[in-house]
Amino acid sequence: MAKAVSPGVQALRKVVDDVYADARKAKAEGKLVGWSSSKFPCELAEAFDLNVMYPENQAAGIAANRDGEIMCQAAEDLGYDNDICGYARISLAYAAGKRASRKFDPETLEYIIDPKSGKPLKDADGKVVIDPETGKPKKDPKTMQPYTVLDDIYEIEALPETTEKERAYKNFRREAIKPYRQMRMPQPDFVLCCNNICNCMTKWYENIARMRNIPLIMIDIPYNNTVEVHDTNVAYVRAQFDAAIKQLEEITGKKFDEKKFEQACANANRTAQAWLRVCDYLQYKPAPYSGFDLFNHMADVVTARGKVAAAEAFELLEKDLAEQVKTGATTTPFPEQYRVMFEGIPCWPKLPNLFKPLKANGVNVTAVVYAPAFGFVYDDLDGMCRAYYKAPNSVCIEQGVDWREGICRANKVDGVLVHYNRSCKPWSGYMAEMQRRFTADLGVPCAGFDGDQADPRNFNEAQYETRVQGLVEAMEANKAAKEAAAK
Amino acid sequence: MSIDVLLKEFQEVSEHPYKVLSQYKAEGKKVIGVLPYYAPEELVIAAGMVPMGIWGSNKKTIALAKEYCATFYCTIAQLALEMLLDGTMDQLDGIITPTICDTLRPMSQNIRVAMGDKLPCIFLAHPQYRRPAFGMQFTVDQYTNVKKELEKIAGAEITDEALRGAIKTMNASRAARREFVKLAGQHPEAVSAVLRSAVLRSAWFMEKAEHTAKLQQLNAELAALPASNWKGKKVLTSGIICDNPKLLQIFDDNGIAIAADDVAQESRLIRVDAAETGDPMMALAQMYADQDYDVLLFDEKSSENRRADYVVKQVKESGAQGLILFMQQFCDPEEMEYPYLKKALDAAGIPHVKLGVDQQMRDFGQASTAIQAFADVL
Ligand code: SF4
Repeated sequence: MAKAVSPGVQALRKVVDDVYADARKAKAEGKLVGWSSSKFPCELAEAFDLNVMYPENQAAGIAANRDGEIMCQAAEDLGYDNDICGYARISLAYAAGKRASRKFDPETLEYIIDPKSGKPLKDADGKVVIDPETGKPKKDPKTMQPYTVLDDIYEIEALPETTEKERAYKNFRREAIKPYRQMRMPQPDFVLCCNNICNCMTKWYENIARMRNIPLIMIDIPYNNTVEVHDTNVAYVRAQFDAAIKQLEEITGKKFDEKKFEQACANANRTAQAWLRVCDYLQYKPAPYSGFDLFNHMADVVTARGKVAAAEAFELLEKDLAEQVKTGATTTPFPEQYRVMFEGIPCWPKLPNLFKPLKANGVNVTAVVYAPAFGFVYDDLDGMCRAYYKAPNSVCIEQGVDWREGICRANKVDGVLVHYNRSCKPWSGYMAEMQRRFTADLGVPCAGFDGDQADPRNFNEAQYETRVQGLVEAMEANKAAKEAAAK
Repeated sequence: MSIDVLLKEFQEVSEHPYKVLSQYKAEGKKVIGVLPYYAPEELVIAAGMVPMGIWGSNKKTIALAKEYCATFYCTIAQLALEMLLDGTMDQLDGIITPTICDTLRPMSQNIRVAMGDKLPCIFLAHPQYRRPAFGMQFTVDQYTNVKKELEKIAGAEITDEALRGAIKTMNASRAARREFVKLAGQHPEAVSAVLRSAVLRSAWFMEKAEHTAKLQQLNAELAALPASNWKGKKVLTSGIICDNPKLLQIFDDNGIAIAADDVAQESRLIRVDAAETGDPMMALAQMYADQDYDVLLFDEKSSENRRADYVVKQVKESGAQGLILFMQQFCDPEEMEYPYLKKALDAAGIPHVKLGVDQQMRDFGQASTAIQAFADVL
């Protein structure tokens, strides 16, 4: 949300761009490209120099680009129920070859512009230009876009190309697929699945494997009921690492490279630690940036935590932040009056709508659960098993509460905003009890709202605004009571 | 006893699990609630206690459970919690909470929190790698935890011998139920869809040995019947659960027989048995490893469509003309496997219909229309 882009943020953006670009290049060169769940131990794939892409990150990007609905609908048309996780639906539609594309005239090969798209035209003084004929604001033609339509890459590839015209049409249809990187991700040659986040992941990746007839490498992390990870659980995961390595050796025809693996582990630890330190900067009052930015930086921990570039980019951002706190500067585009924890994944298609009432009320997000959730720090292989055993949805309620209350305390929040995310059953499934605990243990008010990480149809803006308002009022009352008590 | 009398007895149990629970308690028995799926009931029996399945309720409404979960969870899990909160389950001595799906994971936590000191909650996480040695070991480790917790409640150790005995009891129960499914499919004129479900459902509530003895009698009666000349249609049912008598009445009213099922509460969980000799804990792990073709289980050959192919085979072998899928609302494992089930059925030329259901459904008008229309095209 910040306008000024620091060198660290720039570096972080480049890291993710490169991951996508490298994968496209690898695919073009005929190398293997895999798809992986976000909390699969990427260290294993790094040891084989594999190009790996991350459907969760992709789905978030597609949703943020406003194509969540058309892709979700495409999955529903394939038979996937609309109750299924929005990321899974987007990813399954994509795996099946479905793409959000731009409408064009097959005769003229020209895009058909949607008159509803585009931003208002502004004059030199920045004032909106009114169309004298309609009395309505004029549109800036540069910002207008073609209609969005659904296409299918396998249908396109099956088109004939005997005549010049057919070739031109086929090429144009290929090119019409929306050009942003998440809509141009290469199809997978293998999939890497770790179900520490949810069991839906298991079925999701099995479906992809079946659809594309490709190998699936699975790391199974059964749910854990205790804060500690027992040795028996560690042994189970350790054995799976060995099995996964064997499978990867078969797929790649290469031997497992211990050196590369160790390097990837070192990188992953370095990234995780830098990530945690960046997150910790939100402890400053006022925070040097808006916690919403962390949602964007998550892309780096997801797609590149095993790469040295990611570690370096986070370290760079850390430097920027150190400078900022020296001067008390912040990139949060409003004065911080309240500090909250945002619980859950944001509603990507509705990010501006989420931000609006927060900004209006001076509410800064200074804590997100992803901070500890991606801080995979470990010393050895057993430690690595333990680290991957602790994903947001694989831990018991006590651990979940402890993580959150830890960051709420450290990052000094005044309230908690809980996203009841229709897509994510395991996450939302014990939030009601957690909310009660936050209030009891921290004395902070909580407010919940209904939404979805990817499907815009499940978000109700009016409800959200009312809930934020209610939370602000409760925080205000809390503040007043505290001030009165202090006197 | 005649077939009708036996069926009525099963129905009585199926309709009134609370009475059964109260009766066992009055007899001084300890009863352990068993949530779905794949909990080893053998361990409960070996501890001298009664396992009682909890599969939601067709009669209750979600009220108290709202304190713990949002609306987008299957009613099976929500109503299980409801009955724990509203006192229906107060007589239980413990409960086993498996966590194989994304609803049961957080539900295990809600139940543990809500029950506090009131009821011991025994946590169970199954591995998705069932067959490799490391997966078998993990199952044994988890079952060992369950065993220890049960021993605490029972106040006595579970011996290997008792466990082997319990395995025999459960094997006999499963065998009798499998036999019944076959016979009921062959003699729909003698066993209505409503009563077929009552027989299978009551197995979750009655003491297994008692249920088996009665069921063996029934099976003997059914086997002695002359060959059926059923004029109606035959279908295979699929889904997590379809035990609502009002829903099943539609089958009976329209002359639709259930030839066999791919239903979790009925046949899916009783397809395989455990070895009666050797290390009994290993035998239980092996039994879980032998389970297959289930939407809840990971398939190591996931690029094939084995589960759907299996269902197609079931349809063909049972003589069913089509498949009726009861899609439990908000059940992602079922929903995720639907497109490939559909694909296999379509490829095999087997007609099917998908009906959305949940346990708070009270009006079956739409379902009735859909089932009738489906039967007409068979
Ligand atoms: S019905 Fe589906 S979602 Fe509900 S408990 Fe069973 S498997 Fe889980």
